[in-house]
Amino acid sequence: MTSQTGTWVYGVTDSPAAIRRDSLDQLTGVGGGNLHLVAAGGLTAVAETVSLDEFGETALRRNLEELSWLESTARAHHRVIDALAGQVQLVPLRLATVYREDGNVRAMLAEHGPELRAALRRTANRAEWGVKAYADEPAAARAEAEPAGRRKAAPESGAAYLRRRRDELAASKQGRQEALASAQQVHAALARIAADARLHPPQSPELTGSRSAMILNAAYLIDDQHAAGFREAVDDLRNRLPLRLELTGPWPPYSFADAAPDLQ
Amino acid sequence: MPAGMMEPRSGSVSPYSSGLGGGHQPANLGDILERVLDKGIVIAGDIQVNLLDIELLTIKLRLVIASLDTAREVGINWWETDPWLHAGALGDSRHDELEHENRRLRKRVRALESADRDGADDD
Repeated sequence: MTSQTGTWVYGVTDSPAAIRRDSLDQLTGVGGGNLHLVAAGGLTAVAETVSLDEFGETALRRNLEELSWLESTARAHHRVIDALAGQVQLVPLRLATVYREDGNVRAMLAEHGPELRAALRRTANRAEWGVKAYADEPAAARAEAEPAGRRKAAPESGAAYLRRRRDELAASKQGRQEALASAQQVHAALARIAADARLHPPQSPELTGSRSAMILNAAYLIDDQHAAGFREAVDDLRNRLPLRLELTGPWPPYSFADAAPDLQ
Repeated sequence: MPAGMMEPRSGSVSPYSSGLGGGHQPANLGDILERVLDKGIVIAGDIQVNLLDIELLTIKLRLVIASLDTAREVGINWWETDPWLHAGALGDSRHDELEHENRRLRKRVRALESADRDGADDD
């Protein structure tokens, strides 16, 4: 059995002194090992030595196909980043960024220094908050649920199916318009408080376990000093609008690590 | 306190213990996946696997993404048409991939429907 190792990188900080020593010892990484720091050019990467038997290129391809492995690895990656982001300014790296050795991580830090520093500046003293809105709209849910069931009961022609579908969709149009208008209102109000905002595609009902359609899945970059105000704003919108709002956070600034292509 | 086993496995990932939080939902898998797979700064490692090449991941992402097709159908696509928002909403490559997927699925639906109709003509 080979025992070649590589270096998995979680994130990069410019103030490693703020990391509590004991948290490095206590946290368990994706490979079940301890974390260590790799520094170069004034930047420090939080890393873990991992076995290439599990995290090498071939193994990664295989393992990422396995949902349970993906889940535990994603959670472990997040757990480390989340714990450290509470202590120190940290730019998260995408899952599965692995180097052959620490020396190559140092080369990466040197090469990408400006980009990493810019990301650290953008997210300094800020956290990401997630807001999802669901339209509890029976008509749309019915329109989603019915076709499959009916098709099974009595097959119909493609043309009839499309006609019926169009009618159903038209019938729930009004409700949808209202829900969308509300979602836009939510996003506009929250984006005003935020330093930056990103919209993620809505998640599917399989994943959320919710019957109602997710019509907003947004991330907001909020100054720490405005966090309380932001939460109040969410509560206020929740009370005023006919939408179900779900707030998550604070998150490490995942959604804001990369510069937005358009707005600067 | 020495701990190698502090593993809050399941869904109980608690974001920062800084006291800022409270009264919010714990992180679910979808929230985590859409962030760690798709966000976070992208720097090529020596062994970085292109996540979009992974078959299960594309299935998984489709779950995450609520079938954009369905979303479009019910008019829930305003994040796509707003130019200010669009750029940040989907990476180009993923967008292309979804477009491609979308076309492929539409084709498949058409094929299935014409099979259903037993050779009836399209118009």
